[in-house]
Amino acid sequence: MRFGARLALAVITLVVTVTACGTPRSSDSRAHTTADCGPYARYGEHPGTEVTVYAENRDREADLFEETWAAFADCTGIDVQYEGDGEFEARIQLRVDGGNAPDVAFFPQPGLLERFAKAGRLKPASAGVVALAKQGWSADWNGYATVDGTLYGTPLVANVKSLVWYSPRFFRDRGLSVPRTWSELMAVTEKVAASGVKPWCAGIESAEATGWPVTDWIEEVLLRQQGTDVYDQWVAHEIPFNDPRVIRAMDTVGSVLKNDRYANGGFGPARSMASISFQEAGTPVLSGDCAMHRQASFYADLWPKGTEIGPDGDVHTFLLPGADRTSRPVLGGGVFTAAFADRPEVRAFQEYLATADFANARMKKGPFVSANRGVDPANAATPVDRLSIQLLQDPRTQFRFDGSDLMPASVGAGTFWRGAVDWIGGASTRQVADSVERSWPEN
Amino acid sequence: MSFDAVAQQPKLMYLLQGLAAFAAVVSVILLALHRAPVRRRAAALILLAPALLLLTVGLLLPGLRTLALSFTDDGGDTWAGLDNYVWMVTDPRALVVLRNTLAWVVLVPSLTTAVGLLYAGAVVRSRFRTFALSLLLMPMAISFVGAGVVWKFVYAYRPAAVEQIGLLNRLVVAFGGEPRQWLVDSPWNVMFLIVAMVWTQAGFAAVLLAGAIRAVPGELTEAARLDGASPRQIFWRITVPSIRPTLLVVVLAQAIGTFKAFDIVKTMTGGQFGTGVIAHEMYDQAFRYGETGRGAALAVVLFLLVTPFVAHQVRARRRTG
Repeated sequence: MRFGARLALAVITLVVTVTACGTPRSSDSRAHTTADCGPYARYGEHPGTEVTVYAENRDREADLFEETWAAFADCTGIDVQYEGDGEFEARIQLRVDGGNAPDVAFFPQPGLLERFAKAGRLKPASAGVVALAKQGWSADWNGYATVDGTLYGTPLVANVKSLVWYSPRFFRDRGLSVPRTWSELMAVTEKVAASGVKPWCAGIESAEATGWPVTDWIEEVLLRQQGTDVYDQWVAHEIPFNDPRVIRAMDTVGSVLKNDRYANGGFGPARSMASISFQEAGTPVLSGDCAMHRQASFYADLWPKGTEIGPDGDVHTFLLPGADRTSRPVLGGGVFTAAFADRPEVRAFQEYLATADFANARMKKGPFVSANRGVDPANAATPVDRLSIQLLQDPRTQFRFDGSDLMPASVGAGTFWRGAVDWIGGASTRQVADSVERSWPEN
Repeated sequence: MSFDAVAQQPKLMYLLQGLAAFAAVVSVILLALHRAPVRRRAAALILLAPALLLLTVGLLLPGLRTLALSFTDDGGDTWAGLDNYVWMVTDPRALVVLRNTLAWVVLVPSLTTAVGLLYAGAVVRSRFRTFALSLLLMPMAISFVGAGVVWKFVYAYRPAAVEQIGLLNRLVVAFGGEPRQWLVDSPWNVMFLIVAMVWTQAGFAAVLLAGAIRAVPGELTEAARLDGASPRQIFWRITVPSIRPTLLVVVLAQAIGTFKAFDIVKTMTGGQFGTGVIAHEMYDQAFRYGETGRGAALAVVLFLLVTPFVAHQVRARRRTG
């Protein structure tokens, strides 16, 4: 044999060997729990199947998810392969376009879910999921996972944004009581400012998402000043973004956040919030350099280690008040499941995620809030989670979803955020509102 | 999280499979050439086929698709004519992106080359030449993302009352100034990003230019010295003109690299505060906002802008080579 032929033979041998031993093994080394499989009987048996899950949560949050569904996986024989990716929002499109869509994805924004539903990529929810959704969530909540009348999934996580973090000791020392109306809130603000402490602290730096905490503020105030109807019309762009009522809400926010007397406690002039990351923004509450910090329930995890949360602890929360004592406007966000496949095991997994059992089991493991009617507030891991669940379950609550998550992504995750940054940096309300309105996609 | 060699084993297998497949293709081609009686022209075609195939699938077709997408609406299914290009030259924010890209492409290559040239000229005859050059080359070993994070800390802002954690503000405060939000105040924040880019690239320029300077014939500089030229005159009148081809290569390579600058912008500001550049805005539009058409249009413009530089470099290389 000449050299060329010998080389070819060698290579072919190598290829055969490598391919033979290269079949990826399924590394299912999880110890089988002796959990009672009774509750999982209704999902059937799917031995040897696999469901891939793709979501944003990593590290501890991901571990808690996996621990929660471990028993489900063992009893049904489904190998649930979870993948967490901090760049979920940008990469899900690449994965789907590349023919590498996960079986189930957890969408942190209804707008993103809608994009894939409209493109015909998502599978409509099964009859079982539809029944569970009706039983577990209000029409509002299911509406966020419904596109053109078809339900695609169920709410998984809920978070309540309308919370104000404060130090109970700071309030006690100054004889302040927790405000129950917007005017009381402004009175407390002025009282604290008069005593030489800036009442509010805020930080809006969040890499390319910089600005979102300000957009939350604007949504909160619009919801409180104009009520749910105007809010819904504004989000759906039935009234222009720069409607006079929106301008008024922005100016109210501006009178707090763009006011050097009121902000940015612990960090300097109001515009310093552009450099302060939202994660560290609340810490001056602990040192008494600011009195209040408006941030979502998830901020509970962002306090320095050892911070005690509760009415007698270092920090606690109250609901950002409405116009009067009876109104309960609550702004929030959520994560939704949706499936790109409709194999029986995927259906079974999605149904399991839609149950109150899953939410309750997950809550027992650590901080987690679900808007499911069947969750028991007693299972909440923290006082803030308990308050959030009570607010979500309270029939007087008027819950509205974070508007920037419902707007087209180029506005809600683009020009609105950027506009908010310019606004804090000194641009006028009119200028910013007009430019966001101009950027709204035409169809 | 630790690196688990066992868990990574399937990936290793994929790698081996890929290598084996590559080797198999090569050997099949060699075998074909070896066995079949082929003419020179046919042989050339067989040898070129895999490369052409990969270029078509991996470059030409996606390129054409991107071009087509740039004339469509966000979803990529309705024809939008030149709308995306009109948006690019009329939208105030898109214009800021174009302005920044221009600033980057003008400033990064010139500053990098200037810093590299002066540094190379200063150390080329010194005993510590190797050490001095590797010192400047070190930032190149850091990824752009790493460099972005490092410089983000350098520019970090803290209010005047508390201790500064950013190097620059610390210096400013030490000299009695007020701390500033370097990355927030437009348009100067663009300059601060450019400094980070220059920092990573200056070493590359210095090393290439130092090599070129050493290659300048000794007789030339000696003759100039005998004629009474000062060191400065020798540098500007003899050395710099002699290394012109290398200077050009460095400037062009920098310009091409700068057009594609993405990582530094992404890690330092995320394109906020009016610091976006085309490469970053393209990503935001296409993948974060779902505006595929606009993203594709930006990609096309980026390609058109880079092309003359690449063409010139190829031609320059052909001349010198």
